[in-house]
Amino acid sequence: MSVAALARPTVRGRIAGPLASTLDFLRLMSRKRLGLIGLMGVVFFAILAYVVPFFVPVQDTVDVTAIYQLPSAAHPLGTDSSGRDVWNQIIHGGRDILTVGLIAGFFSTLIAVTFGSIAAVVGGKMDSLISGATDFWLTIPHIPIIVLLGSILKFNSIFVIAAFLALLTWAGLLRQVRAQVLSLKERDYVEAARSLDLGLFHIIFKEILPNMRSYIAIHFILAMTGAIYGVAGLTILGLIPLSGQNWGLMLNFAYVRGALYFKDSLWYILSPVLAIVLFQLSLVWLANALEDIFNPRLRSSG
Amino acid sequence: MPSTKAGAVPERLEADQVLSVRGLSISYATRRGAVQAVRDVSFDLRRGETLAIIGESGSGKTTLAVSLIRLSPRTARITKGRILYRKDDDTIDVASLPDDDLREFRWSECAMVFQAALNSFNPVISIWEQFLDTAQAHGMKNAQEVRARSGELLRLVNLDPERVLRAYPHELSGGMKQRVLIAMSLLLKPSIIILDEPTTALDILTQRAIIDLLRKLREQLGFSMIFISHDLSLAAELADRVLTMYAGTVVERASVKDLFYRPRHPYSMGLLRAVPRVSGALGSVVSIAGSPPDLIDLPEGCTYNPRCPFVIDECRVREPELLPVDTPQHDARCIRWKHVAELLGKDEAVVSEKMATAT
Amino acid sequence: MTVSGDITVKGKPLIELVGVSRTFKTPGGVIKAVDSVSLALGQSEAMCLVGESGCGKTTTGRLLAGLLRPSSGQLLFEGKDVWTTKGEELARFRRSVQLVHQDPYASLNPIRTVYQTLSAPLFRHKRARDRRGAVAAVTDLLQRVGLTPPADFLVKYPHQLSGGQRQRVSIARALSVDPRVIVADEAVSMVDVSIRISLLNLLLALRDEFRVTIVLITHDLAVARYFARKGRIGVMYLGRVVELAGSEPVVGDPAHPYSAALVAAIPEADPTLTRSKERVELRSAEVPSLLRLPSGCTFHPRCPLFEEGLCDVKEPELLPLPGSREVACHVAVRERAPAAELLAVR
Repeated sequence: MSVAALARPTVRGRIAGPLASTLDFLRLMSRKRLGLIGLMGVVFFAILAYVVPFFVPVQDTVDVTAIYQLPSAAHPLGTDSSGRDVWNQIIHGGRDILTVGLIAGFFSTLIAVTFGSIAAVVGGKMDSLISGATDFWLTIPHIPIIVLLGSILKFNSIFVIAAFLALLTWAGLLRQVRAQVLSLKERDYVEAARSLDLGLFHIIFKEILPNMRSYIAIHFILAMTGAIYGVAGLTILGLIPLSGQNWGLMLNFAYVRGALYFKDSLWYILSPVLAIVLFQLSLVWLANALEDIFNPRLRSSG
Repeated sequence: MPSTKAGAVPERLEADQVLSVRGLSISYATRRGAVQAVRDVSFDLRRGETLAIIGESGSGKTTLAVSLIRLSPRTARITKGRILYRKDDDTIDVASLPDDDLREFRWSECAMVFQAALNSFNPVISIWEQFLDTAQAHGMKNAQEVRARSGELLRLVNLDPERVLRAYPHELSGGMKQRVLIAMSLLLKPSIIILDEPTTALDILTQRAIIDLLRKLREQLGFSMIFISHDLSLAAELADRVLTMYAGTVVERASVKDLFYRPRHPYSMGLLRAVPRVSGALGSVVSIAGSPPDLIDLPEGCTYNPRCPFVIDECRVREPELLPVDTPQHDARCIRWKHVAELLGKDEAVVSEKMATAT
Repeated sequence: MTVSGDITVKGKPLIELVGVSRTFKTPGGVIKAVDSVSLALGQSEAMCLVGESGCGKTTTGRLLAGLLRPSSGQLLFEGKDVWTTKGEELARFRRSVQLVHQDPYASLNPIRTVYQTLSAPLFRHKRARDRRGAVAAVTDLLQRVGLTPPADFLVKYPHQLSGGQRQRVSIARALSVDPRVIVADEAVSMVDVSIRISLLNLLLALRDEFRVTIVLITHDLAVARYFARKGRIGVMYLGRVVELAGSEPVVGDPAHPYSAALVAAIPEADPTLTRSKERVELRSAEVPSLLRLPSGCTFHPRCPLFEEGLCDVKEPELLPLPGSREVACHVAVRERAPAAELLAVR
């Protein structure tokens, strides 16, 4: 083995870095049943929402003779108030919801981690400024703001909605990140890094934040679930005028079209609800398992 | 008090024996599999005797001590052996006592003093409330009786009851907290007290005070004492007999003088040689090579063999039995004990001194 | 103020605390954790600061390492006042004095391998330019601290090492920037008893081979005695140095009554010796709070040599005694070196 190779953590055989990490990850996951189910669930819904629509065209034809049909071979999840296939709507309805969740989760986490760690490590006036802004933001009531902004802004793109939802959720996460970084900052190894003069960048990005990987990943996932509930809820309530198809809209229509009063419409209502809930559950199980995976103590058998 | 039916066993302990542990093995369930934390431990404790169980990390001493009063976590299981206790004329096996009888056994027959430094107190209630809770949990219901007894005990440990009972744990110093824990253990006049690292993390002068206190209490109240520690000097101060533990099992059993001046197991010898004295000549002080073993992955044969300076091939084949050596009531788990005996002889001098003149 | 430093330090001191005090604000008031301490250390010295909790030894260690700023007094490094320097010079001082922490379980980043931990300062300070060079340099460091074979340790995470091994990695990390002084703050206290000596020997070997001054802070007098055999022990009480001498004089013939009490009180791993040791009876077991320090000599309420009118009125200075030692005690100085008080530099 070359001298340089000695410096890399053990890899199985001679496989190159990224592939080995993925295999390592899957190997660890296989030990956690719920996490594995969660992972499979997330992958399933991701494929369903992003890949399947390329192969299955949208079924938009209205057929009043087939309202609220029960599940059958032709319609696995029955039909809606206009006779359209529910399963088809589920396939096409996931994309917008998931995309909003991803983007909102990403931005929310990015803002919270960046400013939270800067506030904690730099301290002083910077910290007061950031913390003050965060506390102020936290006291703002969300629903009235949404309604207010909804009437002013144009919620016509996924991106705008995602950014908006991110803005609502970053504050809580920032405070937690800041608290976590503050406590990690006091660790002996961080003090050592300081006296070795390793620099602010190194201390934040190589010493502190990597110790919070699971924390950040889990929060990203939870921010995502929050955003998904947010967009679904807002769509159901009709506060976001998204067009096209998505799970939230299905429920909005169900509510508006009085599907709640028909017993045959059970599948129409249940399908989007189940889709959202199952996806969220998969995310949460995945998040739980990630906590253990990121802990190096469990990686090797040593 | 425990009924004669519960936990009764055919074995009988002599009148002056208060505790006899026989072949005790305890295993822990961990993420990496079952760990044998304690393997085949046997020892006797006489009335009024003080036993020191000495060991370092991974020795199993703490697991052993908490299991004597069955306070181990749920992941720990006694897989084999007996813990025989003599109460009046009966002999019971603590290892198989049902829960109710166990609660009666604990604190009134055998009490434990935990390490004060390690969060042994409930931080949000006062010392008085801790006394009351403990007393009531073990059958002392009358609050006035508890108050009188706590006052008596706190005075016995040189603390002012008025001041201490109303205080909260964080208001007391380490030494004071340790004294409170000792006082609490004496609430129901137990025959045996088990102490877990009673002087660790305490300052020198405070350690001295606690050691002198234990000596005085032992003299006045006559209880038997088992204490576990990594601090050899504590054993030298208080113990009548010493057990050395390594990798979950007993490697040497001896009277205190025999262990300090005439050890026969290479680990005991290595441990003694690794501790410098303050008074007297420094002698030849040397650390033990290597690291403590991983209990999941123990070496073949004698568990000490990777670190032993006297190792021979046979040591790697089979773990030795605990067998008597050349002084009475003295056993060592080593096939080369005679070699150790040759090196150290029988004089009353510490190992580091003997090795200084030998080399 | 005192004549310390010139007694056993040859030539100019490498690092010096001159009349340093450090106060802290606590809910109960302001406490002086370190009170007018002057300590001079030369190159390749082995100094041990010993005392009980609250004596200020850890604070003194952190003051020496530049991790705490003195409230008054100066920290001199190579003759220059550290806290008035800036930029590159201050950074150079920071690297020159390294601290090794007490807790082996907290001193290393759990998610970084030994290689990553040790190579970071090498890259940062341009002692290695590429991976090959870094591996070579890290291998060399591991060898120096006795972690052999080094290749085995490069890829390990801290949880795969024992406490003693982790401390060695910490020491290697400190060495990676070629320090002149290493402050080991209770560095052996949380390590198994049977391997403490080997760590102390490592520190002493570094002193001999690489001319690094080692300051060991400990509450264990036996560790202090072993470590400072060829150096000095400073006994501290309530923020002050009360005795400064070689290790054998302190344990064999302690001049300060507090040192004598410590030596007499410490239990020994020798049954006959320890059970027959003569104790020094102190007048009071209570340790005064730093918020309400006694007048005059802070030890006077407990001191068996207490003289009314003297000890509770006048604070004793650290004065020289014959045999290259110093003590801060009126009675001890009077009995051992009557002329010294007259020579005291005011």
